[in-house]
Amino acid sequence: MANADGGAYSYSLTVFSPSGKLVQIEHALAAVAGGTTSLGIKASNGIVIAAEKKTSSILIDDSVIDRVAVICPNIGIVYSGMGPDFRVLVTKARKSAQAYWKIYGTYPPTRVLTQEIATVMQQATQSGGVRPYGVSLLVAGWDSHRGPTLYQVDPSGSFWAWKASAIGKNMVNAKTFLEKRYNDDISLEDAIHTALLTLKEGFEGQMTEKTIEIGVITVPTPEELEAESPDGITGRVKPTFRKLTEEEVRDYLSL
Amino acid sequence: MDQNGGSVIAMVGKDCVAIAADLRLGNQALGISGNFQRVFPVTDRIFMGLPGLATDVATLHERFRYRVNMYTIKEGREIEPETFAHLVSSTLYEHRFGPYFIEPVMAGISKTPTGKIKPFIAATDLIGCLNFAKDFVVAGTASTKLYGVAEGLWEPDLEPEDLFETISQTMLNAVDRDAFSGWGAVVHIITADKVITRTLKGRMD
Repeated sequence: MANADGGAYSYSLTVFSPSGKLVQIEHALAAVAGGTTSLGIKASNGIVIAAEKKTSSILIDDSVIDRVAVICPNIGIVYSGMGPDFRVLVTKARKSAQAYWKIYGTYPPTRVLTQEIATVMQQATQSGGVRPYGVSLLVAGWDSHRGPTLYQVDPSGSFWAWKASAIGKNMVNAKTFLEKRYNDDISLEDAIHTALLTLKEGFEGQMTEKTIEIGVITVPTPEELEAESPDGITGRVKPTFRKLTEEEVRDYLSL
Repeated sequence: MDQNGGSVIAMVGKDCVAIAADLRLGNQALGISGNFQRVFPVTDRIFMGLPGLATDVATLHERFRYRVNMYTIKEGREIEPETFAHLVSSTLYEHRFGPYFIEPVMAGISKTPTGKIKPFIAATDLIGCLNFAKDFVVAGTASTKLYGVAEGLWEPDLEPEDLFETISQTMLNAVDRDAFSGWGAVVHIITADKVITRTLKGRMD
């Protein structure tokens, strides 16, 4: 209806229950918990994020599916939950990173970008005519201020940092597995190996380079940072986040 | 740009930078104040000079203070000189078709990833075109004169005390050739651990 006051959609669809819960957010979390597993592990010299790439039919061309997305050269995200909602959030996150670049000439630190995404997700819990996003995100990024950081963002818009975590279908078992295997000085190579083992725990079917996606943050050394732009002003920034190719995933799986 | 007058210069030295400005504020030919501040600290290690229309000096100072404060609180850290220069550029370009009549000059110190001291200077035109010079940057009504004297006197790797002498002589002699600049000058020498501010005695005509 084209009412001036918004009509039936002038109020939020997310309202408090008497017990103080936002039931729509609980339902959104249920959508996340039913989604395919994804996880992230922070190592001493990097971060690995990974996800199952489960397709409902063998006829699907899975080379087109993107579970792990690049936002800007230093930040990547993975999700569990509704694919289309993830797609929209990725677009918004990319635009947000570029808007930051336009003002400051550098890409945003991980926490700042995570906060922007979280704000978008919170607005969907307090606006007219919209529903919360049905995804939880794991945001992995590197910046010179805080180094490598891994954040989870929930449909409510709350976010917090993890050393290692899993979201989605098998998250309880996966987190127990990670708790046992994680230590603060784990190396990136060990972290990738652990990520694969964790995914394998709850994997239905064959785990191959075609059924999982891996994204990696490699922390640059101070020498590398200085070398890439001698006067620190010009030059394209060397990416710290990248997705592993199928060959690289295959190599890790064979270890 | 020559309604109120005034000039600023910044120079690079060995692990230090210097920024200097005159103190005159006039109403065209009539001199009003010999005490007008146009160089402001942005952080402990970054200074910004704003030569040009005096009302815009005040407004831009307040706008940048707002933006830098929001940055500091949001990011939980102080802004770096290079990042601040880009912030200045994008802020000015927002008013591309109705600009502030100011040509900012910035000077600061940052550290490289391996911990070395990196002196930094930059300037923009009134709509935000950045200039990252390696030696010196100038702006204001005496800018042409400042270019001439600086080109003659500047050399690389001047120690803080020598940089002070060089930038002071550059400023004093350049503004003496400009009717709209002068009436005293102030110089800030910025090193990794401290900032020394001195006021120069110059011709008051």
